[in-house]
Amino acid sequence: MSTIENVSRRGFLKGALASGAFIIGLQYLPKIVRAEGAVAGTGISDTVFRPDLFVGIQTNGTVYIIAHRSEMGTGIRTTLPLILADELDADWARVEVEQAIGDTRYGSQDTDGSHSVRDFFDVMRQAGATARLMLTQAAAAQWNVPVAECFANLHTIVHRPTGRKAGYGDLALAASKLPVPKKEELQFKPKSAWRYIGKGAPSVDLKDLCTGKAVFGMDARMDGMLYASIEHPPVLGGKVKSVDDKEALKVMGVQQTVALDPFKPPHAFQPLGGIAVIANNTWAAFQGREKLKIEWDDGANAAYNSDQYKKQLQETARKPGKVARNAGDVDAAFAKAGKIIEADYYVPHLAHASMEPPVALADVRGDKVTVWTATQNPQAVQSEISRALGIPKENVICNVTLLGGGFGRKSKPDYAVEAAILSKQVGRPVKVVWRREDDIQFDYFHSVAAMYMKAALDDKGRPTAWLQRSVFPTISSTFAPDQTYGAPFELAMGWTDVPFEIANLRVENGPATAHVRIGWLRSVSNIYHAFAVSSFVDELAKAAGRDSLEYLLEVIGQPRHIDLKAIGYPNYGGAPDAYPIDTGRLRRVTEMAAEKAGWGKRKLGKGAGLGISVHRSFLTYVATVVEVEVDDKGKVRIPRVETVVDAGMVVNPDITRAQFEGAAVFGTSIARTGEITATNGRIDQSNFHDYRVARMNDAPVQTNVTIVDSSAPPGGVGEPGVPPFVPALCNAIFAATGKRVRELPLSRNKLAV
Amino acid sequence: MIRFKVNGVERTFEGDAEMPLLWYVRDILGMTGTKFGCGMSLCGACTVHKNGEAIRACMTPMRTVAGAEIVTIEGLAGNELHPVQKAWMQVNVPQCGYCQSGQIMQAAALFNKKKRPTDQEIDQAMSGNICRCGTYQRIRAAIKAAAEGKA
Repeated sequence: MSTIENVSRRGFLKGALASGAFIIGLQYLPKIVRAEGAVAGTGISDTVFRPDLFVGIQTNGTVYIIAHRSEMGTGIRTTLPLILADELDADWARVEVEQAIGDTRYGSQDTDGSHSVRDFFDVMRQAGATARLMLTQAAAAQWNVPVAECFANLHTIVHRPTGRKAGYGDLALAASKLPVPKKEELQFKPKSAWRYIGKGAPSVDLKDLCTGKAVFGMDARMDGMLYASIEHPPVLGGKVKSVDDKEALKVMGVQQTVALDPFKPPHAFQPLGGIAVIANNTWAAFQGREKLKIEWDDGANAAYNSDQYKKQLQETARKPGKVARNAGDVDAAFAKAGKIIEADYYVPHLAHASMEPPVALADVRGDKVTVWTATQNPQAVQSEISRALGIPKENVICNVTLLGGGFGRKSKPDYAVEAAILSKQVGRPVKVVWRREDDIQFDYFHSVAAMYMKAALDDKGRPTAWLQRSVFPTISSTFAPDQTYGAPFELAMGWTDVPFEIANLRVENGPATAHVRIGWLRSVSNIYHAFAVSSFVDELAKAAGRDSLEYLLEVIGQPRHIDLKAIGYPNYGGAPDAYPIDTGRLRRVTEMAAEKAGWGKRKLGKGAGLGISVHRSFLTYVATVVEVEVDDKGKVRIPRVETVVDAGMVVNPDITRAQFEGAAVFGTSIARTGEITATNGRIDQSNFHDYRVARMNDAPVQTNVTIVDSSAPPGGVGEPGVPPFVPALCNAIFAATGKRVRELPLSRNKLAV
Repeated sequence: MIRFKVNGVERTFEGDAEMPLLWYVRDILGMTGTKFGCGMSLCGACTVHKNGEAIRACMTPMRTVAGAEIVTIEGLAGNELHPVQKAWMQVNVPQCGYCQSGQIMQAAALFNKKKRPTDQEIDQAMSGNICRCGTYQRIRAAIKAAAEGKA
């Protein structure tokens, strides 16, 4: 029998059924429960909205809330259940959170794009209100009084006239027999009655995380499982020409090797192929791999060299590209302008490098598969394994562990597919463990990008024309290798939505061919786009001899809504009316961040400087002021960061603050040392010695996060802190040293004064 | 045969003496609180105590633990949580939490030696431990809270 160590409470629903508990919409509960009862795979539908999927109450009063999105550190496993608990008026101390398996009935479980709260705020509230109403109806029926005379109060239904009370647990059984009310019958709590929303709660996993009991993908175990480590083709699209595994098989603990087929283009989410070493512990599998002798047929991508590629991108960026947005007549304005400013910016590939490398455990029994993995996207695990093994996707049960970081990498289930293929091959549960080197060299890399910027200034230094052109291999190449232009969703990230009030403005994009896997990384295209836009506007301010803050506000212009319907701006999936591009909100966070940082009011020492940037992404407005100190050797210290966030309504403020504290560190890693390069198609970096990330001694010392009090609909919080940080830092370096950083990372720049 | 103690329990090992302690505690003992992050002593996710000192289990061959007392995150707390663990919870340090076993073991080794470390001493002790979520300022705050007996 399979066991997963440390997964407590896993069997609660089975127990709940036995004791006759109230579980709304029983048939919609996670499949794992029914799998244990051997009735899996029935009645699957693609219904997206089912509030009754998410909550159950035991007769002892314990409320179970299903977390259907993946927990990778953003606190979503706490925050979404907190919304439901609030509307249910449950006592949070009596709530247990249960992680959902992959199941389309939950709607999208792909935990990326910073939209979990935005998309599921109402869903959670409806689920909570539904359960509350049914409990209220059950109490009213029991007391033979009108429902209207009864109300919920912290895990109890109260009869107003008599003060009679009944606990949720006592009402659970009766409530379970009532029909599920329609949405129109529900009454939501007024904002003034919210117990948890806006106040928040610590992570439900906090104690487990501090005591080593939390279960990540790396920690999943099954009886009789074997461990696999895979030597992938070093060049994307490469194949095994020959393999000699004799020495590998002699390693103590190694059981066998298995050849994995190369992918059939497009590579998408398929495994890369290669040779797997199967052993009875992880170390033996790693050792066996060292002894493999493999000859590779590298294929066409062996011609990929980053130095050369960079030149190509930069040349392309200097040529006319495809126009993605146009206002006025930029060319005419340039022709008659007095002062023209141009600049090229460059950001290299980046790797996700989450602390937990990709890892998955799969057990294939006949045409059924059970997976335990750290995934941002359990439904993709199901569909990709289904495709690889030729079985229905309902036959794939994907259990989601905690994720040791994700940052977008773990939306791609290639490593889980590897585990399933290997388990099928060896007839035992197999856990595939990627080493750090595999993680860094076989990532879905953040795109390398070159940007060309050009502006004309009038005699007061104000921009009369603005041209911006970006060139980068697109994420779309993952699914269609011949795609060379940026996809609309990529251009919509900080590029077509440039929020400046400039009469003549043109946004362009040029072509680039991908030679490695390209994927989403925390805040995605916003990283390079915001770097170029926010750096360039600072360059213009300096060229005009103006204060950076004052100039930035002037270029943003008056508070207004920018209408990009004409270019079909996707707006992160948010309705333009509910989520307009609001320059008033941009201005406000900018002014607040400047105020907090003492902009223009403090006397800074030699080699010190402040830099500012503001950026809207994932429907959230963030302004950041970075303070730096650069010594005469060019060493950069970041004593303080002030970040102001307008994310609309915020459910869990402390966890939200933590996301922006973390974003400053993530941004520091990008800015200081973030660089992945290729030589002959092979990635040059391999571990934390040559792909360096920020440590305590080079991270910002203090990041203060201010959340704007807002009743606007919720925006994202996981990603939007990253884009403004990097240019704010580089602008601060300019203020401190007079040296303009146009190329990342900083380690490529000479900053000594 | 190698004899040693893990969290106070006598253990023996007869496998590959080059196997790092990390994989022994994880795969053989099934104690998974100690994490794999890099395999090269670069990230600190695998930090445990050997005779009271913080070490990287990923590069500690089993042959070097003969006679040693090893403590992992599972064995850090006695009847109640270690002051560092309490402080971690009070400050809400973890985000994804994967590195935090190692961070806590590193901080606990510092705390056990030096009850009131300076900022510089904290930086020095903790900069071998990477947190990709970027919880460093809360780690520093938690160490100070533990030092001040506030946790």
